Amino acid sequence: MAKKVFSRTKSLKEAVFHYCPGCGHSIAHRLVAEVIDELDIRGITIGVPPAGCAVLAFNYIDVDMIEAQHGRGPATATGIKRTLPDRIVFSYQGDGDLAAIGFAESFHAANRGENITVVFINNAVYGMTGGQMAPTTMVDQKTTTTPGGRNKTLDGYPVKVCEIFSQLKGTTYIERCTVNSPAAVNKAKKAIKKAFQCQIDGQGFSLVEILSPCPTNWKMTSIDSCKWIDTVMSKEFPLGVFKDETAVTKKPAEAAS
Amino acid sequence: MNKVLMSGNNIIGEAAIRTGCRFYAGYPITPQNELTEYMAENMRNVEGGVFVQSESEIAAIHMIIGASTTGARVMTSSSSPGISLKQEGISSMAACELPGIIVNIMRGGPGLGNILPAQGDYFQATRGGGHGDYRTIVIGPATCQELADLTMHGFDLADKYRTPVMILADGMIGQMMEPVIFKKPKPREYSEKFMLRGAGTGKSKFIRGLILDAIDMEEHNWKLARKYQVITDNETLHEEYKTDDADLVIVAYGTAARIAKGAIKRLRDNGMRVGLFRPITLWPFPELKLRALSNKVKNFLVFEMSTGQMLEDVRLALQGYADVGFHGRPGGVVPTPAVLANVVARHYEKKD
Repeated sequence: MAKKVFSRTKSLKEAVFHYCPGCGHSIAHRLVAEVIDELDIRGITIGVPPAGCAVLAFNYIDVDMIEAQHGRGPATATGIKRTLPDRIVFSYQGDGDLAAIGFAESFHAANRGENITVVFINNAVYGMTGGQMAPTTMVDQKTTTTPGGRNKTLDGYPVKVCEIFSQLKGTTYIERCTVNSPAAVNKAKKAIKKAFQCQIDGQGFSLVEILSPCPTNWKMTSIDSCKWIDTVMSKEFPLGVFKDETAVTKKPAEAAS
Repeated sequence: MNKVLMSGNNIIGEAAIRTGCRFYAGYPITPQNELTEYMAENMRNVEGGVFVQSESEIAAIHMIIGASTTGARVMTSSSSPGISLKQEGISSMAACELPGIIVNIMRGGPGLGNILPAQGDYFQATRGGGHGDYRTIVIGPATCQELADLTMHGFDLADKYRTPVMILADGMIGQMMEPVIFKKPKPREYSEKFMLRGAGTGKSKFIRGLILDAIDMEEHNWKLARKYQVITDNETLHEEYKTDDADLVIVAYGTAARIAKGAIKRLRDNGMRVGLFRPITLWPFPELKLRALSNKVKNFLVFEMSTGQMLEDVRLALQGYADVGFHGRPGGVVPTPAVLANVVARHYEKKD
């Protein structure tokens, strides 16, 4: 009998993703679901999907979910976590959601050191609305609202969430990964697992940024999209651990007593 | 319990905590800061109480949304410009059928306006305020005792109909001190099946406002509309004061109604039979009760601290069965009863 080497993890519903071929969201969803199962926290996890491409995440990840208004995920997650401190609460957000319309909510949840986990998908473009400029769009990158390329004088520069958030004393664990190769996917999963573990251990705010391919709106093939992350995107957004205080952070419960 | 002397903003906070509110988020704005401060001071003394000073009014409403989904009794408060910011979340609460209390201690507007008492947010409060096809229950207290009673009542209504409830008062009521008795709150009735607390070993749930299919969205809209009709049929509150023999009835709510009562005393001392119809629920508006009054009274005068907003509801309720005059003092002007009495006297003489 053949040995089964891969199967759908329990917390990933048996649904067909609505995502475009080559999109990174479906991989990120699977990783989150696998981590939830490996940590055995499905029954105590509450997820907060965003407005944007991942708005239907509640159709895929099999945990209790409350959909947030655009950008407000970390505020909603704050309300949940403060009321139910023993639950595991995560917010799943895109670049427009986190770094534009919801920057204040995300920044201040991080600064308060809310004991939540944020999974941040950065694909340098607004996907659901059809390819407009995101706060993380590269300088000179063409989008439907920067037809001549993002002009740094008029449109500013890509917002570097990990770099900014790691400066905040309230944050504990911040890492940027990608999902453009099997090795990168494995690394991203480790990061997500560490971020959830950080929360389980009561160590405070954790965020994993995932550079994610968007072939549809980058107008590239899936393979070229994966290459573009290596050759262009990760030059602007370097991969790596920006902050890891999981070894030194006291649990808030201890700190308070 | 004995009478205590407290200011309006603090009374709302105390009533909320007594009736089981365990999550409050807010952002400072005058003239409601005492309420935010009261919650900061007192939430920490109750078991499970959470106070968060949010980074904005927007964050505050979305924090209470999060807490409400877990089944907590929740409240946020602000004043006019801050309530504008909360509308996104209020619409979302209506869509997702989440209970919660939003307190608006109104100030002068539009724009930043000023920090004086005004009633210019009636449209925003009663017409929905945010986007989409929904209604918000709006309660307009006129005394400190009502602030206590109606805040408690508001929490019960929010749970009963799983919908946001707004307490609409103004800077005058928020700041004034009056004796108050806190009644015993009713036990809470709110089913666990509406709460999101982790799936355990069971089936996962989700709460959402996003309904992409038009037919499903339409059905959701009609479902909400049926609920609003039940609220309209069962939950209107109003007060009639000296209307039995009245030739003229003032229609006013909140602070304006208090001023009207003072004016009525003076007018009656001068032989003018004037009464007051005071809507307590602003939505649902006590439309049928007001229309019934037009069987015997043909002269109405709407008095608001605005340029005329509730006036539209009064006209809709009276449907042309009686004359409707209007007197408005917007912008933070609070006329004295004597000044209002002079205005009413002119309207009184005009009739016959």
